[in-house]
Amino acid sequence: MTEATTFHPDPGRRARLSTRRRRPITYVFRVIVAVYLFFLVAWPVSLVVKNTFTDGLTDLRGILEDPDIVHALRLTVGVAVVAVVLNTVFGVGISLLLVRYEFPGRRLLSALIDVPLSVSPIVVGLSLVLVYGGRDGWFGPQLEDWGIQVIFAPLGILLATTFVALPLVIREVVPVLEEIGIEQEQAAHSLGASAVQTFRRITLPSIKWGVIYGVVLSLARSLGEFGAVKVVSGNILGDTRTATLVVEEKYLNFDKGGAYATAFLLALVSVACIVVVSFIRPKEGPR
Amino acid sequence: MSIEVSHVSRHFGDFVALDDVSVSIPTGQLTALLGPSGGGKSTLLRIIAGLDHADEGQISIEGADATHLSPQRRNVGFVFQHYAAFKHMNVRRNVAFGLEIRKRPKKEIAARVDELLSLVHLEQFGDRLPSQLSGGQRQRMALARALAVEPAVLLLDEPFGALDAKVRKELRDWLRRLHDEVHVTTVFVTHDQEEALEVADEIVVINEGRVEQIGTPDELYDEPANDFVMRFLGPVTQLGPDLIRPHDVHLSTTEPPARATPGRVDRLTRVGFEVRADVATTDQVVLATMTRTEATALGLEQGLPVWVSPAPGAPTVPAATAPRITEDDDSLLPT
Repeated sequence: MTEATTFHPDPGRRARLSTRRRRPITYVFRVIVAVYLFFLVAWPVSLVVKNTFTDGLTDLRGILEDPDIVHALRLTVGVAVVAVVLNTVFGVGISLLLVRYEFPGRRLLSALIDVPLSVSPIVVGLSLVLVYGGRDGWFGPQLEDWGIQVIFAPLGILLATTFVALPLVIREVVPVLEEIGIEQEQAAHSLGASAVQTFRRITLPSIKWGVIYGVVLSLARSLGEFGAVKVVSGNILGDTRTATLVVEEKYLNFDKGGAYATAFLLALVSVACIVVVSFIRPKEGPR
Repeated sequence: MSIEVSHVSRHFGDFVALDDVSVSIPTGQLTALLGPSGGGKSTLLRIIAGLDHADEGQISIEGADATHLSPQRRNVGFVFQHYAAFKHMNVRRNVAFGLEIRKRPKKEIAARVDELLSLVHLEQFGDRLPSQLSGGQRQRMALARALAVEPAVLLLDEPFGALDAKVRKELRDWLRRLHDEVHVTTVFVTHDQEEALEVADEIVVINEGRVEQIGTPDELYDEPANDFVMRFLGPVTQLGPDLIRPHDVHLSTTEPPARATPGRVDRLTRVGFEVRADVATTDQVVLATMTRTEATALGLEQGLPVWVSPAPGAPTVPAATAPRITEDDDSLLPT
């Protein structure tokens, strides 16, 4: 480093210089983080993969040839996709409401949205039974009179899954909306765009990456939901048993190979989503 | 009259942003809304554009009542201080936006965009994204985008406020020339009196939610309605009971002219071509400015006794008993 660069007024440059000077400590931090993530995440997950393939493809094939398990996988994927669509549509709507409008109870609503993250999924399941339970739920008997069964049916699984994944899109989209501000939308209005045109042409492209990331997180969360689904689904083989419930069932019945193979499929989809997004996502950040 | 603002008031909680404001903005002219920050001028501009609403009063644009029209139906072009560029679209698509919304034929849009890009000197930048442009270029793009829809009025909210001094001055001259070419009724908000005096055909001085004075730059400078306008438009000093421009204070070393006050040069400061003399009279310190040559001809030096008088025909305004201090010229006030 020459004298001249030491006194360079550009703050970015100074930051780069100081990182370079702190190099040994950066190394220490990197090693700590790597070790931490290895023991907490990478190693356990890789063991699932390893156990899946101990007997070659036998376990995977066994799973994919069992019609009940294929049904469970289909149910899980179907429920997850519908839950993600619901959570995306409502998530973007609620985000716009929270960021663009002032109304009484706005902070309360914002706090309420975090409830699904802070409450245990099993509590979510129980509370849904209290409301929609067919026998003595608050609203369930009425619904059953109309021929709609919620608890111990796919609809209940969908409700539980949607509930637990509700905040993910919102929490990704709200900061992006706050950052882009309101002026681009106002400019579009003054150029003659209607609310729908402004949303489609200006708002949506600006929050695109926030929405995509929220969708991926929601999808991963929805595929993996266990506690709430376990309470509301009834766990009927070939009917309302989802993939996560299959994993538990097989594990408890000492079919470790089958459990690991199903777990591997679940993890594969989630990891694949996140990997794909981090590859196609632009380098500048979430916009 | 192109824009008619009548009896408009706007409150934000307890804060009164606009208090019964009435202004007529003539067609085809370049009008400046001038005043200190927080004085209500931007609020007025946003109410004209429909981006904010009036609590009371009416707005009409080209003879039609626009008070309750949404911004998309007002046919106004709005240019924001921070450009509000559509970040995910290139320059051409930004400029074409209003035309695409109006579903004009593709050929017509392309031709119009070419025309506008050459008007704002951005022909080579059509395929760039806003993030690849400088601040001045982004603001010119925003201006082309607003002009594309042929608005009845063009509204600019501190358009050069985010730019550095040099670019600011260039764009100011350029805006004046552009306006002479396209003649669209234009209103711009500024807190820079020099910008307003240099560019505008007409200036509306707004302070604390009220209109202080409306007039041409010459009228405002030569016949300020009150001490606020006088202070806001340039440096002032107090001579006897009146406010006067320091360059209108006449110093004489020989025989006393009529209405002259005796004093003594307290301090001399030279800034470039200008010499500033603080002259102490019996009860106040008067600031007089003159060129270097004039000061040399008078033989000014510290402690020299002089006669102070207003230059013949100099505009003066009675000083208010409790002077309202403005943000940028209070350093020049006698203490």
